[in-house]
Amino acid sequence: MSTEGAALGVRLRERDLTAAPATLNLLESTTPADREQSAALLREVSPGALGGEAPGHVIGITGPPGAGKSTLLSALLHAWREQGRTVAMLAVDPSSRRSGGALLGDRARIDFDAADRGVLIRSTAAGERLGGLAWPTRAAAHALAAAFDVVVIETVGVGQAETEIVDVADTVVVVVQPGGGDALQFLKSGIMEIPDVLVVTKADLGQLATRTRRDLSAALRSLGSRSTPVLAVASLPPPQGVEELIAALEEHRTGTDLAGRRLRARRASALADYTHEHGDRGLRALGGRHAAGALLAEQDPGLDVPALVAALEQGADRSS
Amino acid sequence: MMRTYAGHSTAKASNELYRGNLAKGQTGLSVAFDLPTQTGYDPDDELSRGEVGKVGVPVVHRGDMATLMDGIPLGEMNTSMTINATAAWLLALYIVAAEEQDVAQEQLQGTTQNDIIKEFLARGTYAFPPAPSMRLIADMIAYTVEHVPKWNPINICSYHLQEAGATPVQEIAYAMSNAIAVLDAVRERVAEERMSDVFGRISFFVNAGVRFIEEHAKLRAMSILWEQLGRERYGVSDPRHLRFRYGVQVNSLGLTEAQPENNVQRIVLEALAVTLGRDARARAIQLPAWNEALGLPRPWDQQWSLRIQQVLAYETDILEYPDIFEGSKVMESLVAELLEGARAEMAVVAEHGGAVEAVPYMKGALVDSHRQRIERIESGDLTVVGQNRFVETAVSPLTADAEGGILVVDPAVEAQQIEAVRRWRSERDQTAVDAALSDLARVTGEESSQENLMIPTIAAARAGATTGEWSRTLREVFGSYRAPTGVGEASGVAASEDLRELRDQVAKLKEHLGRRPKILVGKPGLDGHSNGAEQIAVRARDSGMDVVYEGIRLTPAQIAASALQEGVHVIGLSILSGSHRELIPAVMKALGEAGVKAPVVVGGIIPDQDVAALQRAGVAAVYTPKDFDINRIMHDIVKLVSNGNGQVSSPNGAA
Ligand code: B12
Ligand SMILES: Nc1nc2c(ncn2[C@@H]2O[C@H](COP(=O)(O)OP(=O)(O)OP(=O)(O)O)[C@@H](O)[C@H]2O)c(=O)[nH]1
Ligand SMILES: [Mg+2]
Repeated sequence: MSTEGAALGVRLRERDLTAAPATLNLLESTTPADREQSAALLREVSPGALGGEAPGHVIGITGPPGAGKSTLLSALLHAWREQGRTVAMLAVDPSSRRSGGALLGDRARIDFDAADRGVLIRSTAAGERLGGLAWPTRAAAHALAAAFDVVVIETVGVGQAETEIVDVADTVVVVVQPGGGDALQFLKSGIMEIPDVLVVTKADLGQLATRTRRDLSAALRSLGSRSTPVLAVASLPPPQGVEELIAALEEHRTGTDLAGRRLRARRASALADYTHEHGDRGLRALGGRHAAGALLAEQDPGLDVPALVAALEQGADRSS
Repeated sequence: MMRTYAGHSTAKASNELYRGNLAKGQTGLSVAFDLPTQTGYDPDDELSRGEVGKVGVPVVHRGDMATLMDGIPLGEMNTSMTINATAAWLLALYIVAAEEQDVAQEQLQGTTQNDIIKEFLARGTYAFPPAPSMRLIADMIAYTVEHVPKWNPINICSYHLQEAGATPVQEIAYAMSNAIAVLDAVRERVAEERMSDVFGRISFFVNAGVRFIEEHAKLRAMSILWEQLGRERYGVSDPRHLRFRYGVQVNSLGLTEAQPENNVQRIVLEALAVTLGRDARARAIQLPAWNEALGLPRPWDQQWSLRIQQVLAYETDILEYPDIFEGSKVMESLVAELLEGARAEMAVVAEHGGAVEAVPYMKGALVDSHRQRIERIESGDLTVVGQNRFVETAVSPLTADAEGGILVVDPAVEAQQIEAVRRWRSERDQTAVDAALSDLARVTGEESSQENLMIPTIAAARAGATTGEWSRTLREVFGSYRAPTGVGEASGVAASEDLRELRDQVAKLKEHLGRRPKILVGKPGLDGHSNGAEQIAVRARDSGMDVVYEGIRLTPAQIAASALQEGVHVIGLSILSGSHRELIPAVMKALGEAGVKAPVVVGGIIPDQDVAALQRAGVAAVYTPKDFDINRIMHDIVKLVSNGNGQVSSPNGAA
């Protein structure tokens, strides 16, 4: 039992996809014993253990409720599977109630072949941290990227919520539906960071989609971003624009310094986790945010997030 | 007109049944199709398992239709078909069967239900996405108005909405909004001067519940709205076309498993709602049977219901008076209140862009109304005699016989039908079928095409294509579709003492498991009865669990894949159609193969005599309508997961 986490990690490293459900069960668990196993698992798929960054492309898809994210993912899933790429989808549902319970509805929108072992779809509730990503989702994306070719995270939000997804995903896609004026306003006012790819869904609705796409392109240009692609996609059959989207995602990934982005992301995640756990007092113990950043920068780039958090905790102990 | 809704097993067996009924003086036919025929799958499709010939007759090709109608003069018959998503196809088969009897389509009389919006909202036998489904309906109406002029191409149903929890206001508003969507779609496909005929061809199929005074007011309100709609929106002035024509099936949702004999009183009272006042009297009535919540009625059970109608019609003085509510202040104000509520709700639907666009909204609203109804029954606010009040009973002689008082269909039928369709495919002219289907695909594909889909549909029927092939051709172009489940929109239940305690238990379980207890609520097979699954899903959420619910129509393999990938702690399956005998063991097998170890509970219409077999297959617990207290069910589930220590799947997560 005590090697369960490490064994799962090793299987992921060997790209054994059947290890994925048990991996997620473990990573989601908060019991101390499971947390220990989780750390062991993550160690096995850390860049250090893998001898480099995990091969999977981690894509974050975010946008307002009902924008068509899940339906788009369904269309992407088919296209990726046709190319022979394995896909893991993590759908983060914001709908949890006061009772704490949640109805996880995204899965129903994704059309998948039950016999296909190259696909995994997992729904999770966003939990207490509003708009943000639950810890397990971040850890899961890192771990699954060792085994799957593509790992997609669906989250709801437009505005600040994406900042967290930037810390996890190699490529961030913001999805808006035709007439989605909010995104435009958020972009212009700088509330929303410029995503890597912008998608206007429901292109089959015609005119309105075309206009929204044009407005977004213009806004991006006026903000000085010439490179962010803005694509119109129809996800319902007959799909349009899916191939182009896949090409844009590919292009972004190859054009990015992946190792650098992920290293920054791991450090940001570690700092966020540490602060979440130990609060401002914890930060003060390290001599402030800046000093914490410096401490992280000294660490081995091959360390995973829990190991970086541990380094911060040691640093705090030393200085107190 | 008197007819019984009938059909089962095979076309040949149903034909014998029809001929028998006609010989006894029945004047029309009412055809019940099995679920594979209604949803567009052939008997050998994976999804058809357990459903072939069960709740109606399978009609797979023109040969089956000819057998079904053998010896029945179609030129003189009035045939009503409960068929929706595949209505165009079944009408085509009927037209071809008539051709073979040398009867021209102009002479055919009857009705196809053909109301797709209520399939998305309540009944579940949809096959294509909403927009293309509406095109199919509009094409069919346009075709019949022209070529089959005595046919009623559509029957707008509010019946099913009440069965899915609708309040009277919702029933009126959604049915009228639905009619508007249909009429608007047809208006684009026929000449304007035809619209009065089209309007006049539309009839309704409504419900009547046990609060029969209010229900009567509902029907009066519907007549008023309908006439107003005709005049104002469609410019109809011919009074014959403006009449609100409707048939009724009375409420079944309120019929209980506990003390089922009480259902007879309920049925009688419900029948009064649609007969008492002449100004809003139904043209045709169907009454369910006393054993509605137990399973399919046998001939004697149906006879009892027919006799209720006959006593009302021939022994009472109900039919002797003009409208007895004329001038009643109470009735007038009830009607006014309903009209006001319905108009407001219709405005909300219109704001969503009309009934097609508002499907997700309406579905959510229905689930929420049903949730409220169930809470009132649980709390005792709403009395259900024999179920939550006056529950003591002497031993019933009614349910004591061997089958437990229901009809059971021979499971051998499925194998025979699979064999038969394979034979049909191998013996027909394949080249002709291929050509017909490819032409069908062409017409289906051209979005802007003004070509009527009925033409290639009739050609495919003639060529010998099957129900599954016709539907697949359309699905390939239109895309497959899952209707919204409505559960996410339902508001949370009021936190009663009981629920608070339940939440505490769930919270404790969460500490113990390390993560929130997660349940998969699954609906295997073609069964569209979603009410129970929806309410279980909503309550599990309100108890604090994470809930995965994907809606109806899943294969055992899909359920197993979801359970494995989602890492659920417990799986709840819901089946009401009678296919649990085949499907539950199939799901258990698929779960085993996937390495899922989570416990399984089952709910629905499960006769007592089947429970032991399900338990042998590994089912931990079985629930039926008499378990109306859903919090109790949740308590059981929490205990089940605690006892099993939250095991979800074998650690190696088998391949
Ligand atoms: C309402 C209803 C409908 C509605 C369904 C609306 C909807 N979206 O659900 C409509 C009108 C659409 C409908 C249609 C049909 N129906 Co119907 N319907 C009923 C009816 C009257 C009530 C069912 C119901 O919703 N009850 C309320 C819910 C809350 O209760 P429940 O589902 O039983 O759930 C409770 C328990 O069973 C349990 N439970 C259920 N599921 C689960 C799951 C889990 C995990 C757990 C723990 C517990 C649990 O807990 C719940 C709480 O108490 C029953 C008869 C009856 N009175 O029971 C017939 C009945 C189920 N229908 C029947 C038939 C034949 C049909 C049709 C085929 C008729 C036709 N030929 O057109 C169609 C088929 C439609 C389809 N696509 O499958 C038959 C089935 C016969 C059989 N089993 O052999 C029945 C039994 C009536 C009869 N005697 O003929 N129906
Ligand atoms: N016409 C059209 N409708 C679409 C398209 N994509 C999605 N939709 C519809 O938009 C609605 C919402 O789609 P989802 O994919 O569930 O949207 P989502 O962004 O995942 O929604 P949440 O997860 O609830 O935030 C559904 O009714 C879809 O059928 C499209 O390309 N064209
Ligand atoms: Mg979604």
